Amino acid sequence: MNRKMNKTSKNNFITYGIVILLFAVVQILSSTGNLSRLLTGLLVPLCVYVIAAVSLNLVVGFSGELSLGHAGFMCVGAYSSALFSHIAADAIPSVPRFILAILVGAAVAGVFGIIIGIPVLRLRGDYLAIVTLAFGEIIKNLINILYVGVDGHGIHVATTSAGIKLEAGGKQILKGALGISGTATLYKDIKDYFFPIGIILVLLTLFIVQNLVNSRSGRAIMSTRDNRIAAESVGINVTKYKLLAFTVSAALAGVAGVLYAHNLSMLKVSVFDYNMSILILVYVVLGGIGSLRGSMIAAIILYALPELLRGFSNYRMLIYAIVLIVMMLFNWAPAARNWRSRVMEKVRGGNKKKEAA
Amino acid sequence: MAMLEVNHLSIQFGGLRAVDSFHVNIEKGELYGLIGPNGAGKTTIFNLLTGVYKPNEGIIKLDGQDITGKSTIEINKAGIARTFQNIRLFKDMPVLDNVKVGLHNHHPYSTLTGILRLPKYFKVEKEMNERAMEILKVFDLDKEADQLAGNLPYGKQRKLEIARALATDPKLLLLDEPAAGMNPNETQELMDTIRFVREHFQMTILLIEHDMKLVSGICERLTVLNFGQVLAQGETSSVLKDPAVITAYLGE
Repeated sequence: MNRKMNKTSKNNFITYGIVILLFAVVQILSSTGNLSRLLTGLLVPLCVYVIAAVSLNLVVGFSGELSLGHAGFMCVGAYSSALFSHIAADAIPSVPRFILAILVGAAVAGVFGIIIGIPVLRLRGDYLAIVTLAFGEIIKNLINILYVGVDGHGIHVATTSAGIKLEAGGKQILKGALGISGTATLYKDIKDYFFPIGIILVLLTLFIVQNLVNSRSGRAIMSTRDNRIAAESVGINVTKYKLLAFTVSAALAGVAGVLYAHNLSMLKVSVFDYNMSILILVYVVLGGIGSLRGSMIAAIILYALPELLRGFSNYRMLIYAIVLIVMMLFNWAPAARNWRSRVMEKVRGGNKKKEAA
Repeated sequence: MAMLEVNHLSIQFGGLRAVDSFHVNIEKGELYGLIGPNGAGKTTIFNLLTGVYKPNEGIIKLDGQDITGKSTIEINKAGIARTFQNIRLFKDMPVLDNVKVGLHNHHPYSTLTGILRLPKYFKVEKEMNERAMEILKVFDLDKEADQLAGNLPYGKQRKLEIARALATDPKLLLLDEPAAGMNPNETQELMDTIRFVREHFQMTILLIEHDMKLVSGICERLTVLNFGQVLAQGETSSVLKDPAVITAYLGE
């Protein structure tokens, strides 16, 4: 049993190790000037998508529910934290403000997770997918008509541009479809550290999800996935644990949203559409459902690839599609899986021989 | 006092009275059989006892406590655990974790303790591992602890289901056709296991079974069910000689 515990914690540390290694490589490349501007711009969004994919895997892979509203939770986290940053801009210095913004984004997205989760988790399979998809679209459309401003009297909210009447010196923050602008400029002094902050958030997300999954609550979550009726028969509160997975996942998606929002000078709601939800789901499915490391690697490869392939211009999406198919086969085709397990055996066998020698 | 006391238990699905005025008294430590032709309502009774269905009429008392109409989770906490006719394991989880899910409510720590890996996490997980291995040893499954439950051979999956049910520390164990799909050797081995479980855990057991050899071999008392109604009830040997029972099973 000690052996088993060590195996899971070893696995966890390999995942952390990969993240830290990638970070080190990027740091070395950038300090030697080998990192193009294009790549540098990709680093923070990469962290965003890794966090989103890992957190979505908690719902799709471990609680076994198909959620298509992940971008909706990111959107909630992004906007609530950006609003907070603007409102608190003069009151709090940037470092504690950013930490608070992350907490605000996570908390608001988490609360939305609970509100959406309670009715939605009564549904199963396709129905749940449809309702979460609808949630994402509703959130997007609501924020699209939301106008928020702040002045000496406090915060004003309206659904039309004319509805907001600010006194002199007041500032309009959220302008409906035009979104929120200037969030990144609020953090000029720490803007250069967003990538290391992103890496810390990725590690934190992995820490939370991996530890949750390998605990009593995680086993309960997986039992509801494998067999709902049997889980109830041994006294597992299925609704409670499905809701727990959904809420933690939503809160972490909120964190991804915070990072996304603060990295941009112009935050528009139209990016959080169902394409984004599907994209994140693609990372989860191709990386291997229930494999956190897989989600992470798939998110990195599949997000960076279309950008790196810009040189191929017209053939870009063709190559992207081929990579998608190859990844799918590599992870799911029986022949490829057998080949992989044979290779793993050989590697392990080789190690044992070395140890014996 | 009887461990399980059921009176006037009935449920209706549309026009069909699937279980009609079922009654039974099972003493503590007894091994009781529930038999009957296909469609007689045996599994429906299990589903009523475990709260999957709510009865239209009747009263269910476990160890003197009224559990009628409670939820599956509450009934499990009150002390009824079951296995399923079609095996329902957590098949993508290791064998050990299947049993540990059964231990869930007896070894609590909070979700936050688990995420932050506080000292209590390591302490309780160690207790759980030890207890789970103890139970697995009883069923000779300790060597397969790390395997996925879905990869076990059929007979061992049946055993694991019993192990998982016992992990919830029940007062009454319901076994739904434990010998289904087993060959005579496996059935014999299963009979020994059931007897052992009863003695080792001082368990009261109610089992549904088709295999007459198993029923007459280990059950002291029987209830025969036909079309949702109790056809005969009493000592195994006398019930099996009852002409009405023979007619129901073998025809006129």
